Amino acid sequence: MISEAFQPKILAFCCHYCAYASADLMGSMRIQYPPNVRIIRTPCTGRLEVNFFLKALEDGADGVLVAGCMEGGCHFINGNLCAKRRVNHVREMLAEIGLEKERLRMVNVSAAMARPLADLIIDMVETVRRLGPNPLRTSTPASESETHS
Amino acid sequence: MIVAQRKTVPELMEILQGHPRLLVLGCGTCVTVCLAGGEREVSIIASAIRMASRLRGQPIQVEELTIERQCDNVFLEQAAEAIERNSAVLSLGCGAGVQALAERYAQKPVYAGLDTAFLGILEERGIWTEKCSSCGACVLHDFGGVCPITRCAKHLLNGPCGGSRPDRCEVRPDRECAWQLIYQRLKDIGQLDRIKKIAPPKDWSTSLDGGCRTIIREDHRI
Ligand code: SF4
Ligand code: SF4
Repeated sequence: MISEAFQPKILAFCCHYCAYASADLMGSMRIQYPPNVRIIRTPCTGRLEVNFFLKALEDGADGVLVAGCMEGGCHFINGNLCAKRRVNHVREMLAEIGLEKERLRMVNVSAAMARPLADLIIDMVETVRRLGPNPLRTSTPASESETHS
Repeated sequence: MIVAQRKTVPELMEILQGHPRLLVLGCGTCVTVCLAGGEREVSIIASAIRMASRLRGQPIQVEELTIERQCDNVFLEQAAEAIERNSAVLSLGCGAGVQALAERYAQKPVYAGLDTAFLGILEERGIWTEKCSSCGACVLHDFGGVCPITRCAKHLLNGPCGGSRPDRCEVRPDRECAWQLIYQRLKDIGQLDRIKKIAPPKDWSTSLDGGCRTIIREDHRI
């Protein structure tokens, strides 16, 4: 049974032009949202690469939320649609890897959707809480990885 | 260019069993361009292997490296130390790269991380198509620059077949009929008379015959 006390750590990549602005608005409107979420501002969700999501989960994030503009409303025309494809691709890879694909999710909000964003965050936290801690957080890595190029 | 795609993570885990230290080696040439085995893909596949191996209780320590070209000894030297300190290599080069590595490092297990698919081009973002089967005796001049061996589903040198449609092949409705393309192209360049020529049976001795093919250029030998 999963302990009630489990507080998932969730990374939220928020697009500067919508979700990040909405997160700001949440603050101004004094809307509460769970402190489990660490927001990372990104110039556009289209900037997010496949390896960003994998690395976050590999390094122990319990969940990754990608929050982009409404479809059709991307500041850079189609960055959020690129992100959607990448997120779906990584979700398939996670299934191959053996990790629940529900740990990665993309949502779409506008800059004025503070309340809906808070609800989406709450829902993500609840989903990940049900899944339990990322098993990679507790398992031991082989050792520090090295990168040369 | 050579076009390839990644093997699935479960396939890789099966192949890599029993290797605690692994070098994932990318190639900066064809497979970088077709987004299958360059520096970014090395990072993705290395990450996937680290995660999958940990979740299966047999963590693999993965080192990442990408060199300019795996099918060339000159560049392979740059990977020598990394290959030395790992118990196996997962190459993200094409089949030629994997074999070049294995020949060069005789004592080291070298595995293919990609399925090398074909010689082709990028059609549009994320879509590659095959254009040449490297038959060893190119006949493109007779067919308006459209390869019937590669692009006709029945490899017909005297086409089209009876099922040809203006816009598609009867075998693969999602493909254009190569013979329609040949006809159109010959018409466009004013060489339609070429289509009347009956092509004799092709000499396949330049292709899949008697093992690997070799080209020896005496003018370049020393
Ligand atoms: S005729 Fe042979 S060499 Fe020429 S494009 Fe076709 S397969 Fe390639
Ligand atoms: S329809 Fe065209 S491409 Fe398809 S098999 Fe027949 S001739 Fe070849």
